[in-house]
Amino acid sequence: MQQDKDFIVRFAGEGGQGMVTAADSLAQSAAQVGYFIQTYSTFPSQIVGGPTWAQVRISSRPVLSSGDQLDALIAFNQEAYDTHAHSVRDGGVIIYNSEAFELEDDGRSFGMRFDELGKSTGNPRAANMVVLGAIAHLVNWPQQYLNDFVVRRFTRGRPNDEQIIEANIQALSLGRDGAATTSFHLGELPPIEKPTWDQVLVNGNQAIALGAMAAGVDVFVGYPISPATTILIFMEQNLTGQDKFVYQASSEIESINAIAGAGYAGKKAMTSTAGPGLSLMSEGIGMAWMMEVPLVIADIQRGGPATGLPTKTEQSDFQIALHPAHGDAALPVIAPGTVEECFTAGAVALNWAERYQGPVMLLSEHMLSERSQNIPTPNVAGVIDERRQVYRGDNGYLRYENHTLSPMPIPGGPGSYVANASEHDPMGDTTHRPDRHVHMTERRFSKLALLNDGTYEEELTEEAIVIMPWGGSKGPAREAYEELLAQGIKFGWYYTMYLHPLPDGLLSSLKQKDLVIVPELNYLGQFASHLRSLGVRAEALTQYDGLPFGVKDLMVRIPNLASLKAGGAVKA
Amino acid sequence: MTTKNPEYDFAWCPGCGDFGVRRAMEFALQQYMDTTGEEVENTVVVAGIGCSGNMVHLLEGPQPFGIHGIHGRTLPMAFGIKGARPDLNVLIAAGDGDFLSIGAEHIAPQVQRNVNLTAVIMDNGVYGLTKGQGSPTTKLDVITPTTPYGKLERDLNPLDLYLTLGATYVASGISTKPRDLASLIHGGMKHPGFALVHVQSPCTQYNDTFDALKGNVRKGIQPIAWSVPDDHDTSDRVAASALVRSEGIPIGLLYQDPDSVALDDKYSQTMARQKTKTAQDLMDSYAFKVQ
Repeated sequence: MQQDKDFIVRFAGEGGQGMVTAADSLAQSAAQVGYFIQTYSTFPSQIVGGPTWAQVRISSRPVLSSGDQLDALIAFNQEAYDTHAHSVRDGGVIIYNSEAFELEDDGRSFGMRFDELGKSTGNPRAANMVVLGAIAHLVNWPQQYLNDFVVRRFTRGRPNDEQIIEANIQALSLGRDGAATTSFHLGELPPIEKPTWDQVLVNGNQAIALGAMAAGVDVFVGYPISPATTILIFMEQNLTGQDKFVYQASSEIESINAIAGAGYAGKKAMTSTAGPGLSLMSEGIGMAWMMEVPLVIADIQRGGPATGLPTKTEQSDFQIALHPAHGDAALPVIAPGTVEECFTAGAVALNWAERYQGPVMLLSEHMLSERSQNIPTPNVAGVIDERRQVYRGDNGYLRYENHTLSPMPIPGGPGSYVANASEHDPMGDTTHRPDRHVHMTERRFSKLALLNDGTYEEELTEEAIVIMPWGGSKGPAREAYEELLAQGIKFGWYYTMYLHPLPDGLLSSLKQKDLVIVPELNYLGQFASHLRSLGVRAEALTQYDGLPFGVKDLMVRIPNLASLKAGGAVKA
Repeated sequence: MTTKNPEYDFAWCPGCGDFGVRRAMEFALQQYMDTTGEEVENTVVVAGIGCSGNMVHLLEGPQPFGIHGIHGRTLPMAFGIKGARPDLNVLIAAGDGDFLSIGAEHIAPQVQRNVNLTAVIMDNGVYGLTKGQGSPTTKLDVITPTTPYGKLERDLNPLDLYLTLGATYVASGISTKPRDLASLIHGGMKHPGFALVHVQSPCTQYNDTFDALKGNVRKGIQPIAWSVPDDHDTSDRVAASALVRSEGIPIGLLYQDPDSVALDDKYSQTMARQKTKTAQDLMDSYAFKVQ
């Protein structure tokens, strides 16, 4: 969008052609000299091949979304060109692989022979560097940035390091020289003031796992499923040490029941999954709610229903996250909207589970799981490892006597009781007495009041019409909000990742608004519908194509919806 | 709890085999506490759904921790408890419907893992609590409410299944001999690995097999249950398989792998070789230095 501050480039082609590597390399070389970067990629659910694209956004200020108006498209084949050419902004440039196809001169495209040039350096894998060299020319970027990156990347203490570095640098130069024979230019990225704070480069799933580790997760059991698998792998590799346990289950039914067992046995326990796995976990989650066992389910949303779109993004699991089980149950739901928030959510979800003694849903999504970003280093030492109230009295304890939270006995300690999936009496034994079901149902819901410490953002609170996105739609919505404001079109801004229970004060503010516009990636308008049930005049702004919102789209659709609902009350 | 809940009003039917299984579990648990010196609170009994599921509420005497979970999921819950807390003694009480029908998918993975658990499967060949529907161990041609023209499926041989899957401890018991059953269960608790103790526990209401199992001289019925011969080599899996494939139901210890190593031990040994990673270490590994 902002040509003076941003540069957005998309690499599109066939899986296996190095799209993701190219985007990562460009992103890292930019981040290493101090720019803010964000990458996003999407690919089909197959090992090799299929249409794939990866994108990087480089900016001199913090990046809110992966961006939708491309400055440059690198098309590795005809299909990639046909699919993505329309996303290139006016004045943008398309570089295409002229070994794969040819285009007539259209004033914005030029071809290069990526592979041939790459191979001419003696390194058959240098084609990506040819592309990066060409991009560097387009934005008038010192090639030194990329050269430095190549040196760091390929200095691996192997005998042929020198040779590989030399070939890659040669490929960069070839790309640069090739692009220089054209007259294309994309302007210049402003020089960056190097950040003074510490940074890490992580994606959303890594951030969730790091947050969970910071909050002292003890047990992790999961089953591979896109796009949550990387959390399981992270835990398998890193959750080591005494009294920790991590395991790949044989199904999501095993995962949820195993972590319920671990939570019952006194541990901070967690699993991660996506829609199909969440559906399988349904009964086990209800059991944890019923027995009052702390545990966390991280649902990394993909497109649904059923197998749906395993490697695309969607925000269509809000309703099942809130009500994952049959019967009266409403889970706490934390839905991070940025990579930084993924870290916080991983930690808070575990602490909330301990505090209210029940299951907590961490609702992330594909677009965050695949988003790598350089963020200020999260404060690990500042994370509290909150633990449940443990019963330490004598035997003869009535675990379920209170009308609200009560200390929890842990096996090996005093106060043995039965954790029962059936409705139960004060000792945990089965009962179907009407008064007990009333008592216990009220007890289970009363504990949600302990989770009122969520935070929220609010700006231009005097506005009667406000934007309130949730989850990963925060980025594009925030960008649209700021752009509209710059044009003099004012809306209020509300945002929280604590979707249930809502933070104290937020609901009463929202209820006063004439209209709360909720951009969300699903057909039903699930969160807007929930807000309406709470008495908020909310309307969803939906999209369900498996892709994140485009900022430009939102900038049109938000004012349109506002004037439609408010009878033209919105003025530019 | 120090004693069983005096207000609990669920009861098994008079004569139910599950009373014998309960006594056997109480004996075995007491023997376990006597020999290890552990307190009763160090044991967790995980039960599923069905008549068997009430075991956790009906155990007499000092009360262990208990779980009365959802249908068919005793194995994954027990796996999670044991993985999280290898110091606990974890027992499973499940019925043939719970364990072999809705929960069957969990048997193979658990056998492969060989987690240090003991499962007591109370087999009455019928769904008792829901009043008499056919189960995996209901015999061919038997008429039940859900098999009104006779059961069309062959009955499952659970002992053969366990041995075929590679279980490291397989025993067969009968509810009418609680002392013998107790020693099979206690043997399972001592066994380093996943122990399966399959128990004939007849249902007096819907599938009364007492006479068939034990025989009845006056009615001229020959018993189908028979004792595992004294000279059976319990470390011989092939011999055990031959026993469970013969006519009738052998009662006794069928197989115990003398080289069994529990997952708990493998896990702790493997982890002892790994470096403990703190959240801070991991965060630092993603640190990004601006040049």
